[in-house]
Amino acid sequence: MADRDIFAEASYHFSAPAQASSPVNTFSDRSLWKLLRAIVHKPAGAIGVLFVLFHAIVVLTGPWIIPHDPLAQDPRTILAAPSWAHPFGTDLLGRDVLSRTIVGGRIAIAITAIGALLAVVGGAVAGITAAMRGGLLDAIMMRLVEAIGALPYLLFLLLLANFFTGGAYALIPALGIFYGTAVVRVSRAAALSVASSDFVAAARVRGERSSTILFREILPNVLGVIVVDGAIRWAGMLLGFSSLSFLGFGVAPPTPDWGLMISDARNVMAIAPWATLWPCAALASLILGVIFLADGAGKALGR
Amino acid sequence: MTLLRALFSRMLSLVVVLCVCFFALEALPGDACTTFLDQDAQDPELLHNCRVKLGIDQPIPIRFAKWAEALLHGDLGTSVARDRPVAEVVAPHLRNTFLLAILAASVAFPVSIVLGVLAAVWRGTAFDIGMSAFFLVAMTLPEFLIATVLIFIFAISLQWLPAITVVATGAPILEVLPNIILPVAVLSLVMVAHTMQVVRTRVIEAMQSDFVETSRLRGLSFQRVLLGHALPSALPPTLNVIALSLASLLGGVVVIERVFNYPGLGTLTLQAIHDRDMPLVQAVVVIFALTYVSLSLLADLISTLLDPRIARRAD
Repeated sequence: MADRDIFAEASYHFSAPAQASSPVNTFSDRSLWKLLRAIVHKPAGAIGVLFVLFHAIVVLTGPWIIPHDPLAQDPRTILAAPSWAHPFGTDLLGRDVLSRTIVGGRIAIAITAIGALLAVVGGAVAGITAAMRGGLLDAIMMRLVEAIGALPYLLFLLLLANFFTGGAYALIPALGIFYGTAVVRVSRAAALSVASSDFVAAARVRGERSSTILFREILPNVLGVIVVDGAIRWAGMLLGFSSLSFLGFGVAPPTPDWGLMISDARNVMAIAPWATLWPCAALASLILGVIFLADGAGKALGR
Repeated sequence: MTLLRALFSRMLSLVVVLCVCFFALEALPGDACTTFLDQDAQDPELLHNCRVKLGIDQPIPIRFAKWAEALLHGDLGTSVARDRPVAEVVAPHLRNTFLLAILAASVAFPVSIVLGVLAAVWRGTAFDIGMSAFFLVAMTLPEFLIATVLIFIFAISLQWLPAITVVATGAPILEVLPNIILPVAVLSLVMVAHTMQVVRTRVIEAMQSDFVETSRLRGLSFQRVLLGHALPSALPPTLNVIALSLASLLGGVVVIERVFNYPGLGTLTLQAIHDRDMPLVQAVVVIFALTYVSLSLLADLISTLLDPRIARRAD
């Protein structure tokens, strides 16, 4: 119990610990459509779907729907209040806050999405391998995972961010490694609980090859857990990445990014709160949307 | 046995942290000399002399050995950008951060117990659901966002509290206190978000357990059972989670200090990284890691001492 990080702690509330659950329902049991309907049935899940859908549309159409160039400065409209020309007002350099908010999530979302994919695939492979092999490999891997989990997340990311120099995209491995360790833990526990079930024992008795057992029996049964957990990791990564951006270790200045926008505009919040609060709202709705969606999916999958 | 294992695992964590910290920082492009000399760093002779003076001309393994050896003696080295012993630079910042953390923890602990017990007792009511929703939001949002929004509400709209902390690094504690209400509030809000649900779950579990039912059947009053039986058995895991969340939140302290311009360890870390002041960065990381490790050991110790079932459980 001692090796928990913030988001493992968080996911503890959203979904029962993986090792406690009996073999869970999987995507093969219900179609994705049915799953979506089950998620939307609960108010929190519906909000999650709504927020995520909204952000998905904005991210995909962003460059074509912005009213102004997000980088264009205008000394005549510095810190202008919201108006028809600038519905969200303008910032310290007279740039349009609406346009910057629309495209301000693109880099963060791209980086954390790749990072989350890396963390989930790498973490799941490592975790399931550790669970299946056991022995020394398992012990070494888990001690290493514990060691990384013992670091305060931001400090670790700050150090790794320095290690991989070369802009915001260089943060992907750092994010992947740090959040991947949590995936290792979750997928290992899930695989262990499935591996001890009767149908895996039956497959062993039938004399199935271990690769068959892995792909036909274990993987389908842990996939749901891993995907739901992966979504929670993604939200955590968004938090980590925008914190880094806020501290000046993420996206480089002229590029619009929510964390950076909040950091830049926060000193003039008394005069122009719009320049700070709109990116805050955008970031908050995305993170909450992902968390609510993951929570809803976890519950709908029967956990 | 469990404690020994925990101790071993924490020590291993510490070693890994120290190695990552040292080598990651050494692999950085640029060092204190290139930052210090700025334009003059073009001159190879000046650069070399500076590196010799600071002792960073030697190969990495030798420096690691020296650094680790000095560390074992409690010597944190000399800050290259500030030209003072690291311990001297760090001490007042460390005090400020501990002040923040301890204040936040002493607010968060009673609040999360009270709210957790109330949510458990009034399970399923609007209060319970509202609390869960509120703290779920507080738990999932970045600290800097919560801090920014709270500054907007309490410092700018209502003008009740100062937006930033204007205190000198070494100011007496009594002078610091009135200025840090908002940062303490942010930190304790995040802490309560992490611990209140744990209290709630544990109290509900305890209230459904056999021994509580027996006490109820013996005719003890609800309050008596709740406060005398259910709460004590719910406390050890809560203390455990609080110690752990305090440890996890150390990272968040960096951000919160930055938001409020609070002269603590987090602000110092960012400055040191910016100055490429390796001995200082390494010292700060060592302190963070040591605090984390001791807090999580404390968490293990609490759960073992207060809950004999864990000590006896076979691994």
